[in-house]
Amino acid sequence: MAVVRLALLSLWNRRLTGLLAILAITLSVTLFLGVERVRISAKSSFADTISGTDLIVGARAGDVQLLLYSVFRIGNATRNITMQSLHEISARPEVAWVIPLSLGDSHRGFRVLGTTPDYFEHYRHRNRQPLTFTSGGPFDDLFDAVIGADVAAQLEYRLDDPIVVQHGIGSLAGQDHDDMPFRVAGILAKTGTPVDRTVHVSLEAIEAIHIDWQGGARKPGPGLSADQVRNLRLRPAAVTAAMVGVNSKIETFTLQRFVNEYRQEPLTAILPGVALQELWSLVSVAETALSVVSAMVLLTALLGMVTMILTTLNERRREMAILRSVGARPRTVFGLLVSEAGLLTLAGVALGTGLLYLLLAVLRPAIDARFGLHLAIEAPSGGEAISLVAIVAAGCLAGFLPAWRAYRRSLADGMTIRL
Amino acid sequence: MPASDAADGDILRFADVAFSWRQGDAFRLEIEGFAVQRGESLLIMGPSGSGKSTFLSLACGIVSPERGEIAVAGATISDLRGAALDRFRAEHFGIIFQMFNLLPYGSIVDNVLLPLIFARERRSRASYDGDPAEEARRLLARLGLESALHRRSAPTLSVGQQQRVAVARALIGSPAVVIADEPTSALDRDHQQAFLDLLFEEAERAGATLVMVSHDATMAPRFQRTVELGSLMRQN
Repeated sequence: MAVVRLALLSLWNRRLTGLLAILAITLSVTLFLGVERVRISAKSSFADTISGTDLIVGARAGDVQLLLYSVFRIGNATRNITMQSLHEISARPEVAWVIPLSLGDSHRGFRVLGTTPDYFEHYRHRNRQPLTFTSGGPFDDLFDAVIGADVAAQLEYRLDDPIVVQHGIGSLAGQDHDDMPFRVAGILAKTGTPVDRTVHVSLEAIEAIHIDWQGGARKPGPGLSADQVRNLRLRPAAVTAAMVGVNSKIETFTLQRFVNEYRQEPLTAILPGVALQELWSLVSVAETALSVVSAMVLLTALLGMVTMILTTLNERRREMAILRSVGARPRTVFGLLVSEAGLLTLAGVALGTGLLYLLLAVLRPAIDARFGLHLAIEAPSGGEAISLVAIVAAGCLAGFLPAWRAYRRSLADGMTIRL
Repeated sequence: MPASDAADGDILRFADVAFSWRQGDAFRLEIEGFAVQRGESLLIMGPSGSGKSTFLSLACGIVSPERGEIAVAGATISDLRGAALDRFRAEHFGIIFQMFNLLPYGSIVDNVLLPLIFARERRSRASYDGDPAEEARRLLARLGLESALHRRSAPTLSVGQQQRVAVARALIGSPAVVIADEPTSALDRDHQQAFLDLLFEEAERAGATLVMVSHDATMAPRFQRTVELGSLMRQN
């Protein structure tokens, strides 16, 4: 105990360098824990991109591909599902609801999704939260559109602004559905999911804007006016994919088997949770790289501390000789330096953890609003606690190097005070 | 003089001792026989480089001799090793260096209390009248360091004041031997005299044997005995 007090007094005497070493450890510990938090939160946010949906049905494709185009709006479907098949699936006794998804058009870089108003009711993200509107509501009229938070923010759209949908995903001149402009009927709150970057319109609207089109180009001559289209009975013949909810979870697999073995058309049904995990495993390399980098930063901080202690050893030779003369054992000199390294690391770890929680508390609302990333403020997990203890242990261990040098010197110097 | 012939009153005894810092070192300390009596005040003279510091290192067990026997207060310290030797030094010796005796951190009271961390018996002797810190303050006051200084750290004191703090540290808990390695060399002549007065007075009060090494012959009259280190050394 007396040795720890000596170490504390000695450190206090060199408080500037000591504080710098602590600062380096503090920041690296905050970074290390912060990266872990973001990593875990990102993973759980990602896994919660879509929840409440039991199956996603699309044309036969790989699980990840289907997930990518239906949920993340990345890439395109190879084929569509006919309405006929969709009706047959809807008629199954296991099915509680079916929400068709129709993709293929875009608006200034944002994908346009044709769906039904049920979408806003059944789409769930993060802890089964439903979608909420910051203004307006679901589409009502044929030419109503509901836009995600990012669309609204980036294009600075407000309620009732007009929108022209483009055919396809690129932006080629003359490929606009400018004959039939939409009106912003609702703006969704930030979710941190691809919904934020989507323009939602009704399934019928997708049909309507393509009514004068054939084979990917507009038919020549004057087309129908928007009001004329409104009076038509629009019946989509096919959709890109569909979200399906079942009555009872146990029936999910029965329905999945039915879809996968459907004869009339090659279809695939995926469990979104499983496919999301599969997709995450693809990006886990980046995740590991991030952890490695933050561990390196931590290592650098510990090396800095050892360097600091080593450089002070010369000027502390006298201190060691005095301690030896009053009866301190070489082991005490060793313990003094190890406890010094341990105390510095402990202070760094404690401050770093504190700083993390402070930053979490301050920045969490902003991060949630900006990136849709929900960072949990909770006690360090078992793994994190083990990491923290390991960091302190590593700090003590790092102290062995200067301690060993001082130990050897104190034996060699004996009672002479060398300056 | 063989060790066995020495009187029981010897506090420090060297018998047939040989030591060198490194194997094959040009300098080699060899002392056939030498003893210091309990309560004696002894000055060991020698020019610098004559092995005075080596002699003191051997006497207080910082280093162990290659050969021979060193006894302190009836214990053969040349047989002790490691922790036992350090513990023995803490209990039986008060050591005053030429200068820079004090830790730059902590108050001067902390510095005076330092040996008590490592010496249980000295701690209990220093606690006889209560708190050891109280005893430290009493010693400092007797050495002319008023209580206003007690909270200060060592580097804020003058060299003379620092040396007096070192005396207090050497004497706290009444060790058997006070070893002083040219303690006055950093002081001017007036302060030297005053310092020696205090050192003699307090060492006597504590009942400690005082062994000092120096190259300065002018202080010899103050000591009961003066020896040349060269005369102790075995002639090659």
